Amino acid sequence: MSPTVTSPSTLLIACGALAREITVLRDNHGWHHFDVQCLPANLHNRPQLIPEKVREKIQAERPNFDRILVLYGDCGTGGLLDRVIEEEGVERIDGPHCYEFYTGAEKFQEMSDADPCSFYLTDYLVRHFDTLIIKGLGIDRFPQLLDDYFGNYTKLVYLAQFEDAGLKAQAQVAALRLGLEFDYIFTGYGGLESFIAPEITDLIKEAS
Amino acid sequence: MGEQENDLDLATLNDDELVQQMHDDLYDGLAEEIDTAVRILLDREWQPYDILTKALVEGMRIVGVDFRDGILFVPEVLMSANSMKAGMKILKPLLAETGAPKMGKMLIGTVKGDIHDIGKNLVAMMMEGAGFDVVDIGINNPVEKYLEAIEEHQPDILGMSALLTTTMPYMKVVIDALVEKGIRSDIEVFVGGAPLNEAFAESIGADAYCRDAAMAVETAKEMMSRRQGSASAAMAGSG
Ligand code: B12
Repeated sequence: MSPTVTSPSTLLIACGALAREITVLRDNHGWHHFDVQCLPANLHNRPQLIPEKVREKIQAERPNFDRILVLYGDCGTGGLLDRVIEEEGVERIDGPHCYEFYTGAEKFQEMSDADPCSFYLTDYLVRHFDTLIIKGLGIDRFPQLLDDYFGNYTKLVYLAQFEDAGLKAQAQVAALRLGLEFDYIFTGYGGLESFIAPEITDLIKEAS
Repeated sequence: MGEQENDLDLATLNDDELVQQMHDDLYDGLAEEIDTAVRILLDREWQPYDILTKALVEGMRIVGVDFRDGILFVPEVLMSANSMKAGMKILKPLLAETGAPKMGKMLIGTVKGDIHDIGKNLVAMMMEGAGFDVVDIGINNPVEKYLEAIEEHQPDILGMSALLTTTMPYMKVVIDALVEKGIRSDIEVFVGGAPLNEAFAESIGADAYCRDAAMAVETAKEMMSRRQGSASAAMAGSG
């Protein structure tokens, strides 16, 4: 059975690392005009797989939606994701990776010029630090690799989307674990919000 | 814990078995075993260059193939690389003494804004393993640093590494500076790093994009023999 379609339907295809943030934004703004489907966040450790997975998802869902937006950075695909986006005629949020679309390009550039030896965490990465960083990079199995990975780094910068003392404390523990200084910057949802918002406003207008 | 009772005594293996075992130990990232095995082969009067190429480089080649095919991931590769490093540490001074063949010189570094270095280090090590002199200028290199180092070391090959979409365009800044200084044709520019590809390398005017360390070695060898070929042709022509 097909649902009765009352307004143009939009699908957000997002990286799993953004799932929670999108849901929060949706609930905060009462944006119930779109569906969200996520691909596994751990694709990040094998970015060469991202473009084709996104393409498969777009092609599978195209018949079901009027519009598809992709919430992925370039994520180290070296422009290949953008090629898929173009070939499939959809749109992607601007920016190379999520750190940058939370802070904004200018601010991120400024920070990395000032101190290139920073490692960034977002709310998502703080929550999944053990799974994605410690286990994902095999530091649990090979603790001696810590220096190979983080020897060049001096500072861990936590870019917070949401003010949460518990997460901040967890991020501090992560910094200790990696032997790095700790820095905290509140970014909010930054570009994530401003990318979705106009689209949603359009939709609401079209629907009313 | 008890001593590793059922550990294989490497010294009881014949040469072929030992080399095979070294490939396995490299694959499994067992640095101590590699250290021991290298010493055993030296005691058996193997040439350092043969140990390097037949045992270590060949072992890492196998690791590289499985990394490319997604069977091994970064931590395993790092453990393997560190094991090879343990073997190289013993062999390096001996290689210099025994006059192992010298292939050419490579200067390598990660570009400005980028401090990923695992891949670059692997390329540097495999190039050394293949007989190249390697000058590694580390991470986060601005163009001035590349230019200074080129002037100082006069390499045949410049290698640049970048793992971030935001830092790969910087490679062009360096290449443009080489053109501007009129030294672009004196040096072969190799670029690499996971987000790069052939088309990008071409668009910035690099001489070669290499997907992995093995390909870097192969391309470098080809390039050197072509260079030597054209150098002797030029000599012959002028003679
Ligand atoms: C390990 C890793 C890290 C480690 C780095 C440790 C270190 N000392 O280098 C840590 C965890 C510290 C890290 C940090 C960051 N990382 Co990182 N990282 C990776 C990861 C998972 C693997 C890279 C790697 O080492 N591979 C193993 C080596 C052996 O492979 P390789 O580098 O590709 O090298 C081979 C070839 O490419 C080639 N090659 C490489 N260089 C050269 C040079 C020459 C001359 C030649 C010929 C060949 C060649 O030969 C090599 C050997 O075969 C990649 C994802 C991926 N799978 O690529 C992300 C990835 C590169 N990182 C990424 C990001 C975003 C970051 C951070 C900004 C994240 C953060 N939270 O702060 C910081 C960067 C800070 C900075 N200023 O540089 C993104 C980049 C996204 C983008 N849009 O560009 C990626 C793609 C992950 C993702 N999908 O989001 N990272």
